[in-house]
Amino acid sequence: MIRSQVLICGGTGCTSSGSQKIQDVFEAKLAKYDLQSEIKLVRTGCFGLCELGPVVIVYPDGTFYSRVTVDDVEEIVSEHLLKGRRVERLVYDDHGKAQADEFGNIALTDTTFYKTQNRVVLRNCGVINPEDIDEYIAMDGYAALGKVLTEMTPEEVIQVVTDSGLRGRGGGGFPTGRKWALCAPNKADQKYVVCNADEGDPGAFMDRSVLEGDPHCIIEAMAICGYACGCSKGYVYVRAEYPIAVQRLTIAIEQAREYGLLGENIFDSGFDFDLEIRLGAGAFVCGEETALMTSIEGNRGEPRPRPPFPAVKGLFGKPTVENNVETFANIPQIILRGAEWFASMGTERSKGTKVFALGGKINHTGLVEIPMGTTLEHIIYEIGGGIPNGKKFKAAQTGGPSGGCIPASLIETEVDYDNLTAIGCMMGSGGLIVMDEDSCMVDMAKFFLEFTVDESCGKCTPCRVGTKRLLELLDKITSGKGTMEDIDRIEDLCNYIKTNSLCGLGQTAPNPVLATLKFFRDEYVAHVQEKKCPAGVCKDLLTFTIDKDKCIGCGLCARNCPVECISQTDYVAPKHRRASYEINPEKCIKCGACMSNCKFKAISKQ
Amino acid sequence: MKSLAELQAIKNRMKDKVNLRDGLEGIRVVVGMATCGIAAGARPVLNALVEGVNKEGLEGKVSVTQTGCIGLCQYEPIVEVFEAGKEKVTYVKMTPEKAEEVLHTHLKGGQVVGDYTIGAVSA
Repeated sequence: MIRSQVLICGGTGCTSSGSQKIQDVFEAKLAKYDLQSEIKLVRTGCFGLCELGPVVIVYPDGTFYSRVTVDDVEEIVSEHLLKGRRVERLVYDDHGKAQADEFGNIALTDTTFYKTQNRVVLRNCGVINPEDIDEYIAMDGYAALGKVLTEMTPEEVIQVVTDSGLRGRGGGGFPTGRKWALCAPNKADQKYVVCNADEGDPGAFMDRSVLEGDPHCIIEAMAICGYACGCSKGYVYVRAEYPIAVQRLTIAIEQAREYGLLGENIFDSGFDFDLEIRLGAGAFVCGEETALMTSIEGNRGEPRPRPPFPAVKGLFGKPTVENNVETFANIPQIILRGAEWFASMGTERSKGTKVFALGGKINHTGLVEIPMGTTLEHIIYEIGGGIPNGKKFKAAQTGGPSGGCIPASLIETEVDYDNLTAIGCMMGSGGLIVMDEDSCMVDMAKFFLEFTVDESCGKCTPCRVGTKRLLELLDKITSGKGTMEDIDRIEDLCNYIKTNSLCGLGQTAPNPVLATLKFFRDEYVAHVQEKKCPAGVCKDLLTFTIDKDKCIGCGLCARNCPVECISQTDYVAPKHRRASYEINPEKCIKCGACMSNCKFKAISKQ
Repeated sequence: MKSLAELQAIKNRMKDKVNLRDGLEGIRVVVGMATCGIAAGARPVLNALVEGVNKEGLEGKVSVTQTGCIGLCQYEPIVEVFEAGKEKVTYVKMTPEKAEEVLHTHLKGGQVVGDYTIGAVSA
């Protein structure tokens, strides 16, 4: 009889920090202490707190162990599982902020990271074994599909989704119900449902975590969508860089077929539906819906003009509904709990919750799910645990290379589709990259533009040539050769690319530049007029100098300089015995090795 | 899958396998499982409790966990029952048989088995 369960995170984050190895050792140790019949190991999807991985949770106590290593496993087994004594040194104490229960236990849900989250999309991630369909069913899985097929008409399903106010979570924010309603009446011999799992934004990983942690909910939602819109075939387009997601989804599809939850005559309703996976080769543009469909068809992933819209003429020229992973993940819950329940969360025009992938200069890197309308301040300082090393918050980039930045002055912005659009950002798919005072905004804009230049498919000229020229202008500014006219030219070019590009990639590519110009124009000006990078990032504008009175002459900087540009002078400062050093600016490559090695803070950069 | 009943059957079958993960609710039964407890036979007691809870369908109402040494080694195996709003009940010198009785009379029936509590034994 199982009296206790040990949940080990099997998300990509924890897997790369060694959770598979930890599971193997757990198995060996449970055998050693003869506990296999009492303790069950469950490998789950992502818990969200990737920063603290590998994560292990012991139920029924709910003890939350963080940063577990292979060497800790025996202690957990022999102390906690055998003798009932928690291994206190591994228990996450939330910096003393979480309230322990009367047994001194801190449950995961009581930590500041989880407390104010509202998990709808991620409800099963880190709770069930994603490779076991029975566990999904135990959590009300496939009940929504059953309800839809036995009790509801397709029109009713679309009405519920429309009433819920759900909007596309891939970035655009198009109302999902309306999308379905556009496709449903179109007649054809074959119609398709497509799930967009080509998550390409740097720093975004929520779709991956849903596929890894709860793949069955996507299958269920796609079948519901198929029933509502009259499609009998579906494709999941997922990138090949997500091997764990692909593997779990493959297993899930097989299990669903075995149970007759995919295939012919599901729930004896006469409804047929089946799914296939298509692997993307990792091109960013394939996340754009028309390029994605072109890629599924077996052609080179290039977008095509709309109209005709996919609802009329999509995959293989047939009517197609295409939604993002996170959008689909909301559907079963909306069906089971009702449109009113979903619409009760969020703001007036943005309902429900949104998953964000927190990254960058933040203490709790990981996945968070919050109701729409939560302030950025709450996300960063409460859930995210603030900025490391006491640095100041400068800006947050939302929407990856298609989005913009929210500056510190707007930290009280309530995050939803319309508020972000109003300040010139966009929700995007949900990457949230936090930057502190050490980040240069021009450099940041350059980073994202380099990405889009790389990823431009080359079909239309404004995007192919325009982004490249834009990058060159930015390069000119960060290397100190820019003029004030260049800043104006950048703005003009941005607007040109935005209005003339064929697809979303080109139309949004200038956003990071425009947003930083809007909020941090003074930094661009400083690069041009003073030839200085205020944050000390752009190497061409930096000079490293040694304060000759602070230098004690230890020579550590000179020994660590990779280009040997530091030499000793004749000057001996008062109180010091040895002569100070100096840097030859001609030879210096500005790597900063001298500065990080100096123990006397005698080296500064400007 | 041909009917909702089939789906419900799987759900019921799986219920007790996942509901451990709901966390702790209702009555909490804690078994002392330090070296002294294990030596005195706490493991069969723990297993009897876990099995009984499942057999009687008390999952969700009663959770069984373990703890370390509480310092009364001569009275091991010790089982403590915590219930919100009620005083803690400490059963001592437990056996699987006694555990079953506690399960039926106390956890299910709501009546403390006075004979096995620490007050009765040490007096």
